[in-house]
Amino acid sequence: MSEELIKEYIDVIPNSLLDQVRKHLPAKAKKAEVKKILELLREEFDNMQIEAGECVGLVAAESIGEPGTQMTLNTKHFGGVAELQVTLGLPRLIEIFDGRQNISTPMMEIYLKNPKCSVEEVTKIAGKIKETPLSELAKSFEVNIADATIEVELDKEAVAQAGIRVATIVKRLQTGLKNVNVKNKEDIIFIKVTKEGDELNKLYAVKETSKGVFVSGIKGVTQVLPVKIGEEYVIKTAGSNLKSVLKMDEIDTYKTRTNDIFETCKVLGLEAARQLIIDEALNVLETQGLDINIRHIMLAADTMTVAGEIRGITRYGIVGQKSSVLARASFETPIKHIIAAAERGEIDKLNSVIENVMINQPVPIGTGLPGLRTKEQGKGT
Amino acid sequence: MAKDDYLDKHELIPKHTKLGERAVKELLATFNISKVQLPKILASDVVVKNLGLKIGDIVKIERKSPTAGKSTYYRVVADG
Repeated sequence: MSEELIKEYIDVIPNSLLDQVRKHLPAKAKKAEVKKILELLREEFDNMQIEAGECVGLVAAESIGEPGTQMTLNTKHFGGVAELQVTLGLPRLIEIFDGRQNISTPMMEIYLKNPKCSVEEVTKIAGKIKETPLSELAKSFEVNIADATIEVELDKEAVAQAGIRVATIVKRLQTGLKNVNVKNKEDIIFIKVTKEGDELNKLYAVKETSKGVFVSGIKGVTQVLPVKIGEEYVIKTAGSNLKSVLKMDEIDTYKTRTNDIFETCKVLGLEAARQLIIDEALNVLETQGLDINIRHIMLAADTMTVAGEIRGITRYGIVGQKSSVLARASFETPIKHIIAAAERGEIDKLNSVIENVMINQPVPIGTGLPGLRTKEQGKGT
Repeated sequence: MAKDDYLDKHELIPKHTKLGERAVKELLATFNISKVQLPKILASDVVVKNLGLKIGDIVKIERKSPTAGKSTYYRVVADG
């Protein structure tokens, strides 16, 4: 009965508040009483909403910036018991809001399809993910000068742990090295140098390069660490390559994530990246023990993604796309902006905040926002 | 497992739907704006591609919001 009444308010009161009403409403409540509660709630909610013209961006900047001054500059944190190094604190926050393309510690959290599996299985999957050079899988490298061949004896156990077939190693070596012919005979791989000429030198050079060729795992993942959270295993990695990981069969593609915002934008889309900005920023702030209202961070994330791609809060990002010359000049590198604008013959319409502060005019925020309605028609406000 | 299945169900991705023609008109009328004033999403975005949207379409995004429970956001598909 009361549910029908509540539904009438679905457009004017947010869902989370209505849920609370549903939860706390006594079963015996009369219709009139429910109506009264909802009316009161609506009034209260309307009063709580931010006023038109309120400069929310400024409030957000202050709210994030002030507690930010208290953050430690200690960047080297270790994620719990894990031995993975993660950038946290102020440097990470700057990284997030600046929209850096290359972050200092990319990492992934890989969830498994079967999270309650045995240690062996997790280790096996982890081995498959880790990027492994040939030197880690080989027992010995021998140079056979007479045949111009390098003989690589593989370590059977290491190969098994990496979960890879010898044929695949041969294939990767063939594509990874130039001017060679790769064959194998059981556990021994023969790399024959085909190019004529200075063979001996070439042979040794190939031997050294072959050691570094990545023959197994996913490119970019330098470290893997299975972590047990509660009953379930999660694999944390240093280095990130979400796209390749999502192709694997053993992992939960709905939960696996990276902390690289640009990569997320590319693989999972803009909205996922926006959500990640919020999650990552909140995570940093929480680990520092700072309590910042999530709305400020949501606003920052929305602003960063409004143009369809991720733009950092920097002079190249969202400030660079402002239409006003003076506003751009006021942020950083003023002379550069003014000269460039003069060259292009840009016009400043003076309809934002900072340029009006400069020329000592009322700013269009708060009570400065509405124009006069009594002006003559045809002559703008 | 179907390919790109995760684009529909990944926990980071909110639900994207194409807004019908009438709904678009209503939306623009409610806020008294034109399409270009909406936030953008690029046509090359993976989720947009997956839905097969064209430039100029409007995407309705239903986010889970920690403050409002559910919130809807609109983006116009832009060139790029």
